[in-house]
Amino acid sequence: MSEYQMDLHTEPMILNMGPSHPATHGTVRFLLKLDGEKILNCDTEIGYLHRAFEKHCEAGTWTQVFPYTDRLNYNSAVQNNVAYALAVEKLLGVEEKIPARATYIRTIVCELARMADHFTNLGAATLELGALTAFLYFVEARELTWDLLESIYGARLTSNYVRVGGLSSDLPEGFAEHVRKVFIKNREFWREFDKLLTKNRIFLDRMRDVGGISQEDAIAWGFTGPCLRSVGVEFDVRKTDPYLIYDQLDFDVPVGTTGDNFDKYLVRMEEIDQSMKIVEQCLGKLPKGPININDAAVRNPSKADVKTNIQSMIHHFKNTIEGINVPAGEIYVPTEGSNGEMGFYLVSVGGGKPWKCRVRPPCFAITQAMGDIVKGAFIADIIPTFDMINLIGGECDR
Amino acid sequence: MVELSERIKRLLPDAVLSAGSSLGQQYVVVRREAVVEAMRKLRDDETMLFNFMMDLTAVDYLGKRAHDARYEIVYHLYSLKHHHRIRVKVSVGADDPSLDSIVPVWKGADWFEREAWDLYGITFKGHPNLKRILLYEEFVGHPLRKDYPIKKRQPLIGPEN
Amino acid sequence: MEERNAEVAALGDSVILSTVDAVIGWGRKYSFFTYPFITACCGMEFMSVAGPRYDIDRFGAALPRFSPRQADILLVVGTISHKQAPILVKVYNQMTEPKWVFSYGACVCSGGMYNDYSTVQGIDTILPVDIYVPGCPPRPEMVFDGLIKLQELVAKERSSKWPRGEAEFAPKVKR
Ligand code: SF4
Repeated sequence: MSEYQMDLHTEPMILNMGPSHPATHGTVRFLLKLDGEKILNCDTEIGYLHRAFEKHCEAGTWTQVFPYTDRLNYNSAVQNNVAYALAVEKLLGVEEKIPARATYIRTIVCELARMADHFTNLGAATLELGALTAFLYFVEARELTWDLLESIYGARLTSNYVRVGGLSSDLPEGFAEHVRKVFIKNREFWREFDKLLTKNRIFLDRMRDVGGISQEDAIAWGFTGPCLRSVGVEFDVRKTDPYLIYDQLDFDVPVGTTGDNFDKYLVRMEEIDQSMKIVEQCLGKLPKGPININDAAVRNPSKADVKTNIQSMIHHFKNTIEGINVPAGEIYVPTEGSNGEMGFYLVSVGGGKPWKCRVRPPCFAITQAMGDIVKGAFIADIIPTFDMINLIGGECDR
Repeated sequence: MVELSERIKRLLPDAVLSAGSSLGQQYVVVRREAVVEAMRKLRDDETMLFNFMMDLTAVDYLGKRAHDARYEIVYHLYSLKHHHRIRVKVSVGADDPSLDSIVPVWKGADWFEREAWDLYGITFKGHPNLKRILLYEEFVGHPLRKDYPIKKRQPLIGPEN
Repeated sequence: MEERNAEVAALGDSVILSTVDAVIGWGRKYSFFTYPFITACCGMEFMSVAGPRYDIDRFGAALPRFSPRQADILLVVGTISHKQAPILVKVYNQMTEPKWVFSYGACVCSGGMYNDYSTVQGIDTILPVDIYVPGCPPRPEMVFDGLIKLQELVAKERSSKWPRGEAEFAPKVKR
């Protein structure tokens, strides 16, 4: 340090960043202590999107929880549906009886949602780094993926697709063909992103060697998902605790080395590619058959049945008004969300309503390390670091 | 092969009150005073090595359990090395819902404990910064307690509706 | 008088007579600068609205300004919780007049599916709202429909409406 600088008795500056700041997704506030542009301390405050998820779950029946799960990680809404359904089915003890076709379709939508989530995340990140062109490409790629999802469940974002014991509807006709067409385009887009970003000097300078963390720290903070894999820990719930049909599929889990933002980007890019592979495998093996469990006490009978059969009608009323009767017990079901381990911890005391419906939010655990990661970095480094953490307000604050 | 919960019970005979499995998942109930000790042992013991504190939450059993066991703090741990999971439960009473903080063991428990304080009013003794996280400082009460009505709003500005 | 009429007639089609208000309104309606106040799921849909397929640029409202001082429309996108509400009002009060508020999504219009302790039951309880676009989230087409309706509204506006004044900002709870 030169003598001039030594003599300057400057005080650290306190700067408030967010929550109404485009890079903080409107739901996070950073209280920064700065020395020039250097961050001495960063306090993170969340909670601006707290929407009483658990209270709502406890107020409704087991089935009424589904729309609320959509709005946890809204970028991959259907994954939350699937995770919750799996948990309730385990509580009911019917997970063996779910038809194979339903399980395959669940896997397909999960992976499509993962792609859409990564597209959104990377698109938003590039936008905030100033790469508007890449953002436009990413949004178009996501739009194509959403077309597929929309053809399945009729909504673009908030799916509400899965039900306890099955699905609300089957795949549309010609779905495999549609997927084939979209994936050709998505792969083209993928190569475009790669060309636009991976060797882009500006992008590299902003991303590389920024936002890294050691393996021990990452584990101690409770990192999971792409952020954990980017530091080189090979942990993926799809491999370690396989659910759905992931144990029968052939896919790789990409891992990084240093855990800096560029690694996180690479891991996500590779996961998009792997997800496309998984969807193709599932479609190749997709069995025929029913999509709903044959148990009227769990899954409502079909409408036609309800209108002609008194037994079915009674079940329909009971399921709707009282809710599915779930025996007392508790369960924790981990699944691999786009952001990391998303687990549902459900407590039932019997009856039609959940007693407690807790979701383990992956980005909540990761965001708390934000202060640690950016300490000593520059203020501009907050933007890529925070983007690559992929905080989703709905999931973090619930 | 002895079940995991049984092995934990043998490892920590003083701390574990009961152990077992429900729906194929292992759990142990730990004495409230011994929680930090037990957690440290679970993290460091060679046969356990639970390096992940996956989840921490509380459950309010109002009207379902006795007054002095109203809340239950539930931890979910995971071991990367052995690929096993355990649920650790600690019971606390309604009059003094408090227990020791496990932040010294896993720093990742920080926000999870703050959340449990915010929404359930469980005090974690020794936590470095125990204040509200999802709600605002002016909020009165703990909304996820079963006796907090869902529509009881406490707006900062604007009308109460 | 007759002389004057003759003069006007001589000018032919090269002159249009109008009121100042109408001209200003016409100018304003195609040059909205938006301030997207994005908090939740609706924001993901807003990305599509701004993206290449739907392209809000066609309606002259493409340029987001992330400073409230430079913006004309406050796009409130996503659930507003009670923790967020004072910030929203502050942003609104910082905007220069004339300004309009665009309520994007069911949550912002009425609280949507979140009738609970933490959500504001419609931002019209704290701000004046000009246009409501419900839906959870509203499709981009619907957003454009709302935007066009807002443009019509703006075109017809009279300057006497402005200034509208600040929204009330009186904290209920002592800080
Ligand atoms: S209206 Fe629906 S999609 Fe929009 S913020 Fe509210 S819950 Fe999310």
